[in-house]
Order: sequence, then C-alpha cells, then structure tokens
Amino acid sequence: MKLLPYPIASAIFLGFWLLLNQSLSTGQFLLGASMALIGGWALAALEQPKARPRRPLAILRLAFIVSADIVKSNIAVACIIIGFGRRERRPGFVDIPLELRDPYGLALLACIITSTPGTLWVKFEEPAGTLTIHVLDLVDKAEWINTIKSRYEQPLLEIFA
Amino acid sequence: MSSASEISALSAFFTAALLLLGSALTLIGSLGLLRLRSFYERVHAPTLGTTLGVGCIAMSSIVYFSTLAGQVALREVLIVLFMTITTPITLMVLVRAALFRDQTEGQDASRANIENAPRPRE
Repeated sequence: MKLLPYPIASAIFLGFWLLLNQSLSTGQFLLGASMALIGGWALAALEQPKARPRRPLAILRLAFIVSADIVKSNIAVACIIIGFGRRERRPGFVDIPLELRDPYGLALLACIITSTPGTLWVKFEEPAGTLTIHVLDLVDKAEWINTIKSRYEQPLLEIFA
Repeated sequence: MSSASEISALSAFFTAALLLLGSALTLIGSLGLLRLRSFYERVHAPTLGTTLGVGCIAMSSIVYFSTLAGQVALREVLIVLFMTITTPITLMVLVRAALFRDQTEGQDASRANIENAPRPRE
C-alpha cells in the first residue's frame, strides 16, 4: 500500500485541519498530517479515480471568472425576484453537448453551474455527453451553449486534460 | 479580553454592511422561493443565499473576529467551501426528482417547448 495514494486530497485534508483549528503549531500539524494520511487511505479503499489537475494558472483564472460571474448573476437573479425591469421572462431548458468526461471536471462544472444563480444543473447523460441545464431567464439558447462551453468547459478541459 | 465595543468604527462598519448585504440577499432568495412560478424556477432562488449571501456573511464574520482577536481569522472560508461543494448535490437530487415525476406523469418539461412548458397555478 502506498503511503500517500492521493497526495492532493491529503494536502487538502491537512489544510482543512489547520484552518479549522486556526493554528500552525507542531502538535496540530502532526494531528492534521495523521488525519490526512488516514483520509488518503480511506479514499484508496473506496477506489476513487485520481484527479490530475494541471495548469495552476488556468485554475486561478477560472476561479476569478467564476467569482465575478457569481456576483453578477446574484444581482441579476435578485433583480428578477424583486421585479425590477419587469418584462416577459422565459425560463427553459438547454441541452449542451460536452466534450468534458473527467469526473472531477464534471463535478467542478456542476458546482460552477449551480453556484451561479440563474442556471441549474439538471442532468448529464453519459454516453452522449449531453448536459441539460435549466436557465431562469432564457433569451438565446445558442448563446447559453456558447457561454458554458467557452467560459467554463474549455478551461476545465485544459485543467483536467 | 474583548467585546464588540472595542473594535474600530471602520471594521464595525464593514462588519455591519457585509452582514446586512448577505442577509438581504438570503432574504431575497427566500422570497423568490415563494414568488417564482414553477418548481424549476423556484429552486434557483435559494442559491442566492448559498453563494453570495453566505459569502458576505462569512466575510463579515472574518472582519469582525479578525479585528477582535488581532489576527486573521479564516475559519469561515471552510463554511463557504463546504456550502459550495454540497449545495449542488441537494439541488441536483431535487431537480432530478421533479423531472422524474414530470416524465412519469407524461409531461417532460425538459423536452417540451418553452412556451408549452407546464405552468402550475400562479
């Protein structure tokens, strides 16, 4: 058995532990490190696929884009709910053909899509790779497909290539 | 050693402003849950509270406890992180359940035309 089967996950465990305890003391570090080791072995026992994220710069850029989008769409959805700029609004479903197959990439895409209010992950059909999302204010289907693909899927494909 | 009256006016201002903003967003999200028309529209609304809403409240808490303790408090980052990771799971389960119900009742909303999509009573 490998000592560190999932180095990234173990590093995250250790980071969580230190954050949770707000301390960088040797004692907490040792406790956190043993948690991280055991956590890594637990993941190995569950036979999780391995994540191989690449290109840290692309990750940072994506994080920045997503944060800005979250703020923007929060304001947009808040306006819709309060009833500003009342006009005919059409909710609807959009089917998006995806090239992304990496489970971690898809999980991250799910987090991104649900975290931006106004879009909702509905289902993903594996063999065809069709993702269905629900959009609160659907103006142009093609534009939505384009946005999701170029804004989120492309960077994710780069990161989890 | 410390109480709320000991923090500076500036950090008190930021704490209050961020807290109000976050709770206002969460309130608007909850109102949306009441006001929007169909189920699929309604599940969008609470995400206001789980994204920017919780973000603002966490930031307010970071500002408050950092100035109070005199050192950076970042525990709140974990709350935001766990919220972001877990919300999609609940939403996906809810939406898939709704879709499954619609499909078994013979009205597949995801396949229907937007105009003809079923609209429960307003």
